[in-house]
Amino acid sequence: MHRFANPARFLRLAAVILPWTAIATVLLLGAGLYLGLIASPADYQQGETVRIMYVHVPSAWLGMACYSTMAFASAVALIWKHPLADLVGKSAAPIGAGFTFVCLVTGSLWGRPMWGTWWAWDARLTSMLILLFLYLGYMALINAFDDPTRGARAAAILALAGAVNIPIIKFSVDWWNTLHQPASVTKFGMPSVDPAMLVPLLLMGLGFTTFFVTVLLLRVRSEIIAAKIRAIRLTQIHASSSQVAG
Amino acid sequence: MNLSTYFDMGGYAGFVWPAYALTALVMLALLGTTLRTLRAREATLKTMQETLPNRRGNRPAAPRS
Amino acid sequence: MSRMIEIVRRDLRLALRQGSDSVMVVTFFVLTVVLFPFGIGPEANILERTSAGVLWVTALLASMLSLDRLFQADYEDGSLELLALTPTALEVLVLGKVAAHWLTTGLPLMVAAPVLAVLLHMNADGFGTLLLTMLLGTPTLSLIGAMGAALVLGARRGGVLLSLLVLPLYVPVLIFGVGAIDAAVQGLPSQAHLLILGGMLLASLALTPWAAAAALRQALE
Repeated sequence: MHRFANPARFLRLAAVILPWTAIATVLLLGAGLYLGLIASPADYQQGETVRIMYVHVPSAWLGMACYSTMAFASAVALIWKHPLADLVGKSAAPIGAGFTFVCLVTGSLWGRPMWGTWWAWDARLTSMLILLFLYLGYMALINAFDDPTRGARAAAILALAGAVNIPIIKFSVDWWNTLHQPASVTKFGMPSVDPAMLVPLLLMGLGFTTFFVTVLLLRVRSEIIAAKIRAIRLTQIHASSSQVAG
Repeated sequence: MNLSTYFDMGGYAGFVWPAYALTALVMLALLGTTLRTLRAREATLKTMQETLPNRRGNRPAAPRS
Repeated sequence: MSRMIEIVRRDLRLALRQGSDSVMVVTFFVLTVVLFPFGIGPEANILERTSAGVLWVTALLASMLSLDRLFQADYEDGSLELLALTPTALEVLVLGKVAAHWLTTGLPLMVAAPVLAVLLHMNADGFGTLLLTMLLGTPTLSLIGAMGAALVLGARRGGVLLSLLVLPLYVPVLIFGVGAIDAAVQGLPSQAHLLILGGMLLASLALTPWAAAAALRQALE
């Protein structure tokens, strides 16, 4: 891991990986969309709306996976002061928030024809909603300081606090949900998945994952460059102020 | 089945297509804003490095590969 | 330990000198709860059904009010830096401040809660559990809130940001606090809920001072 602490080395590695993840994304999403939208059957009970599952469920997976990435990167940043770990966390957050948002809205669109309601306080959607707030809080905190390092470190602590809380929140929300929901609305929208549906689901999941990696690498590269720009500006300020003084 | 029946999605077109559209929109927006910021920052850095005074004097540094 | 008591005493003295904090928090609590009958109607059935939730949500919001000043004043006048330089661990300092915060916020809320429960027609079976849940829950809120306050030290719009950070983390306490009261009102056992609340309190006691101290060190760098 410390081999990648050097930004230049990371950038070289990223430049090598990036075309592959990009191509993989296109191929996986293409195959997934084809199978999901065209070459797979509609569900016996849910009809064509089951096709929403192919974007809703992978978004949920990615929403959670992104937070795990953020939490892991935050731990590395705090424990080893790894310079790139801060940037990974900062870069992953908007992607995770985006997927969580997509999960919520597609869940709503799935729920309306199925359960007759635009929103249901079922366990998964409610947990996803809270996850979205955790993301927004992280992004707000990291941008609330003039000093980017301070923002990054504070957000890292928050990410870890959130990560510790997520199982507790999930447990609480699950419990709360079983207490209040009538038994008929237990598992919101998951049909019994037959193999013809499993393959496009997995393809979309993998495609979303390679998309995440692609965008993450691009964002980290962008952050490294931004850090270089800040460093140059700082030396310019020091140079000009020493010229004035001297 | 023909194309219009397919697009109708068994009557659920108003739900299925917006779901996919939103997903595509969010993913493209993530990619697009990332690329735009990246290009802008790369351009700024390039400009800064070209006009940076060389340590030995005030000539601009040779462009790095 | 004695150092911690010192800090509690110091903060209490400062709070009492100021005086208005506890009064404001309790007034906000009372006012907001009183708004609900205007909002959802005075019908006793509905108020009773929602009383536990309304009380807990409002207590949650009220306890957040004085959080952003937990470390702010000391941070601004430099005494936080001095306190950090003492041989006592920063975690102890955090615990001391949290204790003082709870005494000036959580405790008054606990005193006001039964009175408000009467206004909301809460079933008599729920009162004891209400107090128990607040006894176990409000310190947890103070602990989690202290971590949030440490994180936003020196940030822009720290007060609002604090709410955004801390409210999602409050949800489990809210769920089980209300759950316990609702169970008691229905005549069902509420020990499990109270045990879980107790567990959350212990976990917060163990983890949040450490996180808050780390955040304070960040702020003082």
